[in-house]
Amino acid sequence: MNLLATEIPYWGQSLLRVLGGLVAVLLPAGTIVYLFLFKMMSFMQSRLGPMEAGPYGSLQLVAEVGKWMQKEDLVPEEADHRIFKMAPLVVLLSTFLLVVVIPFGPDAWFTNFSVGIFYGLAVASVSVLGILIAGWASANKYSLLGGLRAAGQLIAYELPMVLATLGVVIQAGSMNLQEIVVTQNTGEIFGFGGLGNPFILTQFIGFLIFMIAVQAELTQAPFDMPIAESELVSGYMTEYSGFRFLIFFIAEFATAGVFALIASVLFLGGWGIPFEWFGWDSVDDVDNWMNLVGPLIMFTKMLLLTFIIMWVRFSYPRFREDQLQTFAWKFLIPVALANTAITAILKVAF
Amino acid sequence: MATEKTKSGGLFKGLGITLGILGHTIKDGANTVQYPHEKETPPIRARGVIGLHEENCTACMLCVRSCPDWCIYIEGHKQLAPPRRAGGKPRQVNHLDRFDIDYALCMYCGICVEVCPFDALFWSPEYEYSEPKIADLLHDKNKLGEWMETVPEAPELEAGAQKK
Repeated sequence: MNLLATEIPYWGQSLLRVLGGLVAVLLPAGTIVYLFLFKMMSFMQSRLGPMEAGPYGSLQLVAEVGKWMQKEDLVPEEADHRIFKMAPLVVLLSTFLLVVVIPFGPDAWFTNFSVGIFYGLAVASVSVLGILIAGWASANKYSLLGGLRAAGQLIAYELPMVLATLGVVIQAGSMNLQEIVVTQNTGEIFGFGGLGNPFILTQFIGFLIFMIAVQAELTQAPFDMPIAESELVSGYMTEYSGFRFLIFFIAEFATAGVFALIASVLFLGGWGIPFEWFGWDSVDDVDNWMNLVGPLIMFTKMLLLTFIIMWVRFSYPRFREDQLQTFAWKFLIPVALANTAITAILKVAF
Repeated sequence: MATEKTKSGGLFKGLGITLGILGHTIKDGANTVQYPHEKETPPIRARGVIGLHEENCTACMLCVRSCPDWCIYIEGHKQLAPPRRAGGKPRQVNHLDRFDIDYALCMYCGICVEVCPFDALFWSPEYEYSEPKIADLLHDKNKLGEWMETVPEAPELEAGAQKK
């Protein structure tokens, strides 16, 4: 965005950033819902999914949104009205705050934060607050239980996520996402720079832990205990209907997209292609067309990662509550700690 | 360690199954049909709707009394019919005035079809008779008579079965 800074006044830049943020959040969300939730899940169950609205049901999402917008804005009588209405917005807000740090190209970023990933992980946990107050304000025991479960799960899985990220940060030597991308694409594997050095190769364990933690953060199956419909109706979303439910729904899949984007920045080389291909040395040498190709590369990587997230979601039954906590505290966190320690030792040694 | 191995093996197997079905659906199409455009023919004995063969009905009320949902309504009156043989007395017969089945109540148990001693009720596999108004699901005897046209021929008896 800053390459336009000379020509466009501040309000114009802000407008562009807002529009860019909307696209970066809503486009992945829509694509994930249609491509994976509607079509891939159906195909995995040997059915076709929505076929009536538009060619191959591609306008189904528009129809669904229209349906939700028409519904009455119901608030339970005993609920804490103001908080109840606020909760979905808080959850969606954390998604929008999260997308801000992701670089989409050499100049195509919203903010170039020096502690980008730190900020990202911190804002990602704001959604816990939204979920918790949604569960509490609904004045419904199922909602409350779902909210508490979600809070417990999200806090438990935030730790392995942070620790897995730490390995990448140690190896890249920076918390700035842009620099993490550049480090990966200028990296060399034993003197061979044609592939760059995407951290998925050196931090494979970290990548696995990160993806498992993302799965849990998104409360996708097998970690969907907070909205376990067979025991909690729909958890913290039980009392929500109409467009407030729609906001929860968008937030769920937009966050999936944004986390996939972050994972592709941290582990798959982000927007970059190995700089050696075109003889670039640093991020300043990168040609301008990467600002257009970069977002496409990011989008492709995002689709690949969300494919894995959704594939796992549609294949596995859910964890029991105690198994879920045990898995995080007794397995993921020790492994992530060991990974971090080994990365640090190797970083110092070489 | 061995159990650990089989556990993680099962995880990959599960992913393989879902991906396999995904590929199968892309290549050979789904197991489902797109209903309003494409219809599956129901089996010949499907319990779709009950048809009434009015000439056979004697208004004996057996079906009404056996119906667990009380969804059959019969009204009739006695009337004189011409004698069978010349010079005989006129016969007294039951004439059917009303025969309604309320499909909003019917639970498709088929007891009325079973219990009918005069073969007046038949199952038809026809199933597309939903209505926007629930009151329209009350089918009168004309409509039930129309369903008779959709009743399939009774299938051949199995070898060795006795015809009653």
